[in-house]
Amino acid sequence: MTEVPVIHGMGSAVKRKEDVRFIQGRDTYVDDISLPGMVYLDFVRSPYAHARIRSISTERAKGAPGVVAVITGKDLQPLGLDWIPTLSGDKMMVLPTEKVVFQMQEVVGVVAESRYAAADAVKLVEVDYEPLPVVTDPKKALEEGSPIVREDKRTNHVFHWEAGDREATDRLFEQADVVVGQDMYYQRIHVSYMEPCGCVAYYDSVKGTPTIWMTTQAPHVVRTVASLITKIPENKIRIISPDIGGGFGGKVYVYPGSIVAAVASIVTGRPVKWVNDRSDDHPSTAFARDFHMRAELAAKRDGTLLAFRVKAVSDHGAFFGDANPSKFPFGLFSICTGSYDLKAAFVEVDGAYTNKPQGGIAYRCSFRVTEAVYAIERLVDIMAHRLGIDPAELRLKNFIPPEKFPYRSVMGWVYDSGNYAGALRKAMEKIGYEELRREQEEKRKRGELMGIGISSFTEIVGAGPSHTFDILGIKMFGSAEIRIHPTGKVIARFGTRSQGQGHETTYAQIIAEELGIPIEDITVEEGDTDTAPYGLGTYASRSTPTAGAAAAVASRKIREKAKKIAAHLLEAREEDVVWERGRFYVKGAPAKYKTIQEVAFAAYTNHPPGMEAGLEAVHYYDPPNMTFPFGSYICVVDIDRGTGEAKVRRFVAVDDCGNIINPLIVDGQIHGGLTMGFGTAFMEEIGYDQDGNIYGANFMDYTIPTAVETPKWETDKTVTPSPHHPLGAKGVGESATVGSPAAFVNAVVDALWPLGVTHIDMPLYPWKIRRLLEEKGYALDK
Amino acid sequence: MFVIPDRFSYTVAHSVEEAVELLHTLEDSKVLAGGQSLIPFMKLGYASPKSLVDINRIPNLDYLDDSGESLKIGALTRISRLCDSELVAKDYPLIHDAALQIADPLVRNLGTFGGNVCHADMGDDLPAVCLAMNAEMVASGPSGQRVLAAKDFFVDRFTTLLASDELLTEVRIPKNRRGCGGAYLKLERRVGDYAIVGVAAQLEVDGDGVCRSVGIGLTSASTKPIKASEAESWLVGKSLSDEVLDKASTLAMNTSNPLSDIRGPAEYKKAMVKVLTHRALKLAYKRARGGL
Ligand SMILES: Cc1cc2nc3c(=O)[nH]c(=O)nc-3n(C[C@H](O)[C@H](O)[C@H](O)COP(=O)(O)OP(=O)(O)OC[C@H]3O[C@@H](n4cnc5c(N)ncnc54)[C@H](O)[C@@H]3O)c2cc1C
Repeated sequence: MTEVPVIHGMGSAVKRKEDVRFIQGRDTYVDDISLPGMVYLDFVRSPYAHARIRSISTERAKGAPGVVAVITGKDLQPLGLDWIPTLSGDKMMVLPTEKVVFQMQEVVGVVAESRYAAADAVKLVEVDYEPLPVVTDPKKALEEGSPIVREDKRTNHVFHWEAGDREATDRLFEQADVVVGQDMYYQRIHVSYMEPCGCVAYYDSVKGTPTIWMTTQAPHVVRTVASLITKIPENKIRIISPDIGGGFGGKVYVYPGSIVAAVASIVTGRPVKWVNDRSDDHPSTAFARDFHMRAELAAKRDGTLLAFRVKAVSDHGAFFGDANPSKFPFGLFSICTGSYDLKAAFVEVDGAYTNKPQGGIAYRCSFRVTEAVYAIERLVDIMAHRLGIDPAELRLKNFIPPEKFPYRSVMGWVYDSGNYAGALRKAMEKIGYEELRREQEEKRKRGELMGIGISSFTEIVGAGPSHTFDILGIKMFGSAEIRIHPTGKVIARFGTRSQGQGHETTYAQIIAEELGIPIEDITVEEGDTDTAPYGLGTYASRSTPTAGAAAAVASRKIREKAKKIAAHLLEAREEDVVWERGRFYVKGAPAKYKTIQEVAFAAYTNHPPGMEAGLEAVHYYDPPNMTFPFGSYICVVDIDRGTGEAKVRRFVAVDDCGNIINPLIVDGQIHGGLTMGFGTAFMEEIGYDQDGNIYGANFMDYTIPTAVETPKWETDKTVTPSPHHPLGAKGVGESATVGSPAAFVNAVVDALWPLGVTHIDMPLYPWKIRRLLEEKGYALDK
Repeated sequence: MFVIPDRFSYTVAHSVEEAVELLHTLEDSKVLAGGQSLIPFMKLGYASPKSLVDINRIPNLDYLDDSGESLKIGALTRISRLCDSELVAKDYPLIHDAALQIADPLVRNLGTFGGNVCHADMGDDLPAVCLAMNAEMVASGPSGQRVLAAKDFFVDRFTTLLASDELLTEVRIPKNRRGCGGAYLKLERRVGDYAIVGVAAQLEVDGDGVCRSVGIGLTSASTKPIKASEAESWLVGKSLSDEVLDKASTLAMNTSNPLSDIRGPAEYKKAMVKVLTHRALKLAYKRARGGL
């Protein structure tokens, strides 16, 4: 009998299986794919943010060396592909026929034998534009007389959305002792994945099968929508999402490049590759945030928080394409009561079209949760300062207490589990909070500016339960299909798509835990619609809550059958067979056992009479609820009174994502997320001038943090399992990006509060801080 | 819009004379050194020269030589060499400070001293260093060699005194003696970025700490690299008290005329000229007096 090997199940900090290939450059990204006879697609892009197209002349381009096709919006019209549906029930232009609506919009596709020939021919396409008045400010877009972005809509108003109880909230505000309010702008940013968007499309005209390798986070959705639009039978369409170099929400979208590449392949009969250059990608693909809000918080004089309200305008660019669940035009913003036991809340959001690219993506964020957390965490801090109560104390006073879970928020969410005070206390202890406050006090006397900022966020992830969550009608379940081979090795396939999150390891660990099979023996596959079970892909921290749960349940189904086989092999009654990780034995006689591998072999060679051969299971998991990870972050900054630079001296992050599958991966997610939150807080911004010219269109202009300026992250955890998830796990991919920006801003404002500063919009550029220091007479000239 | 340069011809020069000859005869030609500024410019369509003359194979243009009257830096000397040189680190802290803050290691491995000063963008760091150190620029052209003072060299943004068929071969820096010290301070959005503002300060003080000579060069403080001449004149002959430095940095600020751009508004940059000038002079002074 064989020994039970080390399996690296739940809680093992094993290194990621997929990293071997990533580190050695043996991965396959879309741009690594090369097919015989492949041609290249490049785009003429609009120099204007808003212009009527008088004419397009493609003659010279068509005659240029190496050019095989030139595709315009007019060519797409007869196919019904000049506009396609967005994920939010709106539609988006693929290529324009009448006017362009944002700068760098794709206008004409040029296909040629090489990338260079295509790029040269792009310059030969002549487009005659008549510039139109531009609107880039969503508030102005909603005013009477604004230029209209979408002629098919006749208004720039996209939606009005409300959540909560307006009357109850207003009443509490009237009765409150103290009310604080703040206008805030959460700036437009880009996810800045390492790999820009692209695809290789190949239409096999003999079989009538389009195959598209594309940078997508949700291949099945793409297949279904493509089939519904084109009427090509869904079984003939194959979408393959190969290795993905970061998605963060930006690759949930189908961009014009993929549509035009697919059409070009049909037209030319050849495989067509389209891969964005960085300077194409940054200004034309989906943005995140871009949200103007007025948030208000009401409290009693003793610091009891009563009610929260937000009135906001969101900028959606030219098309409403948020990748939101259908019932939530503004995502899950209604989580904005956060970690606090409030009596009422109300939010209302108006969406606006502007002459900018579409987006509003869930950038490392479960559908607008980042904006919600920022709103409440900023306001709680402002309230604390206004009341003269320490921000930690005010939070501790108002947290939802552990005994109230499951907790129904006034917005109707049922929080699964939480211990908010536990996380904050741990963070305070780790950073030496009291000591820091004393230091701050002394420094203030010496005129030195030091700030301490807290963010105690609550996330809502794992969309989602079928009663509430769907995208285009498709329920947001998670799926897993697991097959055990006769030798006890495993292939497991999922309807999600890792973009760097480490699914190949995490899922293998879940199966290892449930079946006692070592992770090396488990191959995890995702991303190919011909082989993977149907699923809605990976975003919004949903993979572990949904597909991870499916993996556990499917494994348990397999274990049920394995038990029957083991009973047969052990010549015992099934009730007498006991499972211990990796083996079955007869109750009372643990020395006599069958390993899972032996059982697997028997499933194909010696299965009980009357039982089907084989050992496999599929599970579509419908989560009973969302999961609610949380944490407390504390940031310490020192401000240079001369330059206005705010340096993060320390940052402690205590996260709670329930039971942890792989601590190394969780830590990696938190480090990455914090760094992205840091970038958002201090340096990232896509801006537009009045004419709709973008600034921040490439990495020279749009700065993202490097290892040099990134603070040292001090991470820690508390563990409060989710009561409804089969493994007690919650999502974690986004917590840090969601939770950290408020901590940075709170720290900087905390430093400046005694000068009368209540808020600074991100990014916290040194020049903004310096300007405030000058206004308050506190700037130094040396 | 796949970003690639327009068509151009490419010729390798093997000697200074050949390079000059090629620059003279080829149509619309440009020198290619490390290519870290020129290639991005061509790629983005800001420059479309018809011919490139590659000078990377010219022997003996990559050197640091302090055997004579001055420190001679060959035009092809890579910025990384300035970072790694003990001589530079020990005797020319201003150059060392600046070199270490230029771009990132990959760019520094290719980018050259000559290319950095000839590109002459307001955001390049070495022009300010040359201005502060009163460097001399040695150029070769069809009619022979000439030596230009740094203060005259930088004519405008992306424009130097060099003719289109002239090659910069060497930069000469007055040797640092006892009592000399320098510092370069650069404010940047993140590491590897061009300066929001940079200040190069070079000082010589006597035994009593009185300023004998001083040079101040400013990066990103105008549309071109500039010298803070009024501040320099004010400082000579004075002890460097805080008040004296205050006045000097105010004068430097008044010399500056920065642009508002993605790196910050003009008022901020002006204020930063003042703050950084004060700090750079202070650090240079400390170094001149033998401190670090
Ligand atoms: C990502 C990035 C970040 C950067 N950040 C910084 C920064 O922070 N600070 C900074 O100072 N620089 C920065 N740079 C610029 C880099 O330092 C310069 O490109 C480099 O120093 C210029 O040298 P080069 O040899 O690459 O010049 P090239 O690019 O080859 O040439 C630049 C110009 O100088 C001309 N030229 C070059 N050599 C000679 C010569 N001997 N005689 C006559 N003309 C000549 C060329 O014709 C061209 O016009 C950055 C560059 C990149 C790509």
